[in-house]
Amino acid sequence: MINWQIVSETLPFFLDGLWITLLLLALSISAGLVLSIPLSVARASANPWIRIPVWSYTYVIRGTPLLVQLFIIYYGLPQFEAIRESAIWPVLRSPWFCAWLAFTLNTTAYTTEMFAGAIRATPAGEIEAARAIGLGRLQVLRDVFWPGAWRRALPQYCNEVVQMMHATALASTVTIVEILRVARDVYTNYLVLPESFGIAAAFYLTLTIILTQTFRLLERHYLRHLDPRASVSKAAAAEPIHA
Amino acid sequence: MFYGYLPMIVAGLGVTLSVASVSLLVACAFGLAGAIAKLSPSPLLRGVATAYTTVIRSLPDLLLMLGVFYGGQILLNRLVDSQGWDYIEIDPFAAGTLTLGFVFGAYLTETFRGAILAIPRGQIEAGHACGLTRWQVLSNITLPQMIRHAIPGFTNNWLVMLKATALVSIIGLDDMVHRAGLASAATRAPFTFYALTGVIYLAVTTVSILVLSGVERRFSRGVRREVVR
Repeated sequence: MINWQIVSETLPFFLDGLWITLLLLALSISAGLVLSIPLSVARASANPWIRIPVWSYTYVIRGTPLLVQLFIIYYGLPQFEAIRESAIWPVLRSPWFCAWLAFTLNTTAYTTEMFAGAIRATPAGEIEAARAIGLGRLQVLRDVFWPGAWRRALPQYCNEVVQMMHATALASTVTIVEILRVARDVYTNYLVLPESFGIAAAFYLTLTIILTQTFRLLERHYLRHLDPRASVSKAAAAEPIHA
Repeated sequence: MFYGYLPMIVAGLGVTLSVASVSLLVACAFGLAGAIAKLSPSPLLRGVATAYTTVIRSLPDLLLMLGVFYGGQILLNRLVDSQGWDYIEIDPFAAGTLTLGFVFGAYLTETFRGAILAIPRGQIEAGHACGLTRWQVLSNITLPQMIRHAIPGFTNNWLVMLKATALVSIIGLDDMVHRAGLASAATRAPFTFYALTGVIYLAVTTVSILVLSGVERRFSRGVRREVVR
């Protein structure tokens, strides 16, 4: 049923595509993570002058399709002569930069809301207790506040990373040759489905499994105190139970 | 400002909304069937439903949409050849709505499953004990309460699916995004038209949030609200 000759001929292209997908994902997720930390603090702020601008940004990004955001940046920006004549135009017109910018703006908005939720969920008593035992402001932030917020946000953050991985498939619409673009090209050349979209699906499925399992390990590490079995020591657990 | 293309783009909203609403119906059907299968005593049904939700949620929707569109065309060609009919082209509307419905059915399966589980079993038993029929229990006890529990997840899925309708432009459906592309090519003002499309999407999202929070309030009548702060 599957023509293995086509698969072996096209596999190198799929591996190149895989590399591009992973690169796009890593670049946008890491930029999004760095940007969303200060933005989430602003989003959770009690001061409306700080909170509302960040809210407007996340609301607009979360209320419009990523495809439209990508097209506004890639096809839309060259409409303005000032941009076409600016010094950064060679960068701005590259599909790579546009895809990275669109993905980063998108994931930053979702991650900011997620982290802001985790910040708001921090019990006031935790911070008070830390201050009461004499920790400084910076120590409270570094040792109490952020670790707690990160732990609360971790399970949701896994979903965001997986969704972003799936979203990189949209880069195929702006000439970037990632996994889905390779699949579309293979389909156009050979007019076969399992060897084109089927192989791409296998790649995405494997990536999803790897990402979720990695996050499961991270959760086991960071959320160990919530695991009821973790309190049982290894030696005790290994003892046979005589009922 | 829009070079006379405004009516054309706004008419594309009709296409977008009809794709979204047909997809929603398909998704609800798949979601209900999936939730019932996941809660059924049969291991086979549970296995099928679990495989469905796991695989679908692990793949990009654009990949599934292109797969259904091209795969459907291959199947249709084979059927046409074997029957000796004339060439039939696959309908992008059918391919788009089926794919979106199938994909978001997997997400709704989890929403509906959780909502059904949130109804205390005793209520259903009490309904039967009062002499209600299975249908009466379903329509008077399970469904109305399930809706209340399902609304937050449903709202979220609807908003995500609404935005995913933009993908149908890639398989050639004449929706807002596709029309924005045509208008851009004709006027050399792509920013104007894609930004307009974004603004329309934002308006639809905002209206959806307002309407669905109203629906949630309506279905939460008679439920004590926890007072926060």
